[in-house]
Amino acid sequence: MNAVEFILAGMLAAATPMLLAALGEMVTERSGVLNLGIEGMMALGAALGFMVTYSSGSHALGFVVAAAGGAAISMVFAALALGFVANQVVAGLAVGVLASGLSSLLGKPFESQTLIALPKLALPGLAEIPVVGVLFQQDIVVWLTLLLALAIWGVLNHSRLGLIVRAVGENPHAARAVGFSVITIRCAAIAFGGAMAGIAGAYASTVYTPLWADGMIAGRGWIALALVVFGTWQTGRVVFGAFLFGALSLADLTAQAVGASVPSQLLACIPYGVTILMLAVISSNRKRLRLNSIASLGQPFEG
Amino acid sequence: MRLTLVRRERASRLAMFAAPVVALVLSALASLILFAALGKPAEQALYSLLLEPFLSWYNFSEVLLKAAPLMLIAQGLAVGFRANVFNIGAEGQLIIGAIAATALPVWYPAGTSVWMLPAMIAMGALGGMAWAGVAALLKTRFNANEILVTLMLTLIATQVLNYLLLGPWKDPHGFNFPQTVPFPAAAMLPVLLPGTRVNISLIGALIASVLAYVMMRHRFSGFQLLVSGLAPRAASYAGFSERRGIWVSLLVGGMAAGLAGACEVAGPLGQLQRSVTTGYGYAAIIVAYLGGLNPLGIVASALLMSVLYIGGDNAMVSADLPVAGVAVFQGLLLVFYLASLTFIRNRVVLIRRPGAAR
Repeated sequence: MNAVEFILAGMLAAATPMLLAALGEMVTERSGVLNLGIEGMMALGAALGFMVTYSSGSHALGFVVAAAGGAAISMVFAALALGFVANQVVAGLAVGVLASGLSSLLGKPFESQTLIALPKLALPGLAEIPVVGVLFQQDIVVWLTLLLALAIWGVLNHSRLGLIVRAVGENPHAARAVGFSVITIRCAAIAFGGAMAGIAGAYASTVYTPLWADGMIAGRGWIALALVVFGTWQTGRVVFGAFLFGALSLADLTAQAVGASVPSQLLACIPYGVTILMLAVISSNRKRLRLNSIASLGQPFEG
Repeated sequence: MRLTLVRRERASRLAMFAAPVVALVLSALASLILFAALGKPAEQALYSLLLEPFLSWYNFSEVLLKAAPLMLIAQGLAVGFRANVFNIGAEGQLIIGAIAATALPVWYPAGTSVWMLPAMIAMGALGGMAWAGVAALLKTRFNANEILVTLMLTLIATQVLNYLLLGPWKDPHGFNFPQTVPFPAAAMLPVLLPGTRVNISLIGALIASVLAYVMMRHRFSGFQLLVSGLAPRAASYAGFSERRGIWVSLLVGGMAAGLAGACEVAGPLGQLQRSVTTGYGYAAIIVAYLGGLNPLGIVASALLMSVLYIGGDNAMVSADLPVAGVAVFQGLLLVFYLASLTFIRNRVVLIRRPGAAR
C-alpha cells in the first residue's frame, strides 16, 4: 500500500470523531450558544462508550450510553449558560474540566484495555476501483456520519425546525416576540451538541483506536471547534474541513509507513499548526466571517 | 407561578463573599456523593483532600510551594480575563518558559556564575511572552480567535518538550530517562524556609499579586483594560486601543506563565523533565475566576487550589482516590461558583402571574 492509498483508506475514519463533534457544535452555535467544553465532553463519551462496549460487548449500546452521557453533562453547561446566565466561555471551560476529570476517574479501572473494532463495509462496485477504491471500505459509523451530515444540512436549511434554530441564533428577541421559547430551543441545541460530542468520543475509543487511555482525545475536540469556524457554520464546508484534518492527522503514520526520517513530534504538530494557519486565513477575511457568523453567538439571553 | 432572576440595582457584597464559600461547600457535598458512588471511602477522601494539608508542617509547606506558580500565573491571566481576552494556553507558555530557562544549564552544566539564575528567570519570562505573543500577533493582525490559538500552541509546546527530552537535551548519563542534566547549584532558586522545598518564588508570586492589585486599583492601564473588556465600543471612542489591550493581556499572561515555568525547573524539579507540565496553566484559569478576577481573591484561591493538589496526593494514599478526583473537584468548584456568581448581580423572584416581574 503506497502513501496515497494509505491516506485515502484512513482519512474518513480519522475525520469521523472530529466531524461528529463539529457537526454537533455547529448546531449549538447556530442557535447562538458557544460551548467550549467539547473536548471534555468527547473524553467523557469516550470513557463511557469504552466501558459499556467492553462490559456488554455491544458497540451500539456503547454509543447510546455515550450520547446520553454527553447530553447529560451538556445540561450542566446549559444550566450555567442559560439558567444562571453565566459567561459562556467560562461556563464551557468549567464543564469541560469537570467532564474530562470524570472521564479519567471513570475510565481508571479500564486503563490500557482493548476492544475489537467494527468490521469495514465495502460499497459494492465503488470499492473495486483501483487506488481510490480503498476510500469506499469503511465501518458503518463512517457511512452513518456522512448520512447524518446530509440530514443536518437538510434540517438546518430546508425545514421549519432549522428555520427556528437559525432565527433564535440570529435574533433571539425577534424569535421570542413571534412566540418561540429561546431557552428551550437553545437547551435542545446544546443537548444535541453534547450527544454528538459523546458519540464522537465513543467512536474514537471503541472503533478508531479501540482502547482506553487517559487523555486519548488529544485536542480533537478543540480542532472540532476550529472546524466550525473554518466551515463558517456551513455543513458542507465543515465536512470538507474534517476530511482535510483527517488526512493531516495521518501524516505521522504515513511518514512511518514510507520510512521517512522526520522526528515524530514534528509530524504530530502538523494538525495543530495547520489549525492555527487556517484560523488566521479564514478569520482575516472579516467581511466574509461577519456575513456567515451567528449574530447572537456567545451573548447571554435574558428574556 | 415560576422563579425568575431580576437584576439588582447594585451588586450584592454579601453574595460576592458568599459565592466562593457556597461553591466550596456544594463541591464537597457533590464529590462526597460521587466518590461514595464509585465505591471509595468518601469521608476519608474528603478529609485528606481538604484538612490533611493543614495538619502537618511538611504538608503545609508543600501547599505554599505549589501555591506560588498557581498564584503567579492566575494574576497574569486575570489581567487578560478582565479585558475579555481569553488566554487559555498558559500551560504551553509555562512549558516554553521552562525550556528557555533550561537552555542555560544545559549549555553550561558546570556554570557557577551568579548571573546564571537571573538570566534563566529572564529567559523564562521572554519565552512565555514570545509564545503568547504569537497568539497576540495572530489576533491583532488576522483576527484569529485567541482561545483556539493559545490552546493549539500548548499542544505544540508539549511536542517541543517531548522532542527535546527524547533527543538533543537528553542527559547522556540519565539512564535513558526523558530528562536533562541536573542543574548546577548556581542555576537553583534559594530555599526560603529551611527544611522545606519552599523557595523564593513564593515571595515573587506575592510581589506580583501586590503589583497586580496596585495596577488594577490605581493605574490608568488597569482602568483602560477593564473598560475595553466591559464595553469595547465605549473604549474605542475614549481612544483606548483594543489592539494594545490584546497585546498587554497576552504578554502579561505569557510572562507570568513563563516565569512560573522557569521557577519550576530552577526550584522543585532541578532539571527539565516531563512533569514540568502538570496542568498548573489550566488550573490557574480556575484560580483566576474563583478569586473573582481580583488580585487579593486570587491569593486566597491559589492557596485553596494548592490545598486540593496536596490533599489529592494524600487521598490517593489514604482513600485510593485516583488523581483525577482532584480534577473533578476543581471542575465542580468552578461550576458551582459560576452558578452562585449569578446572585451577585441578580436576585431570585417568585412570579405569580406571567409578566408581573419588576
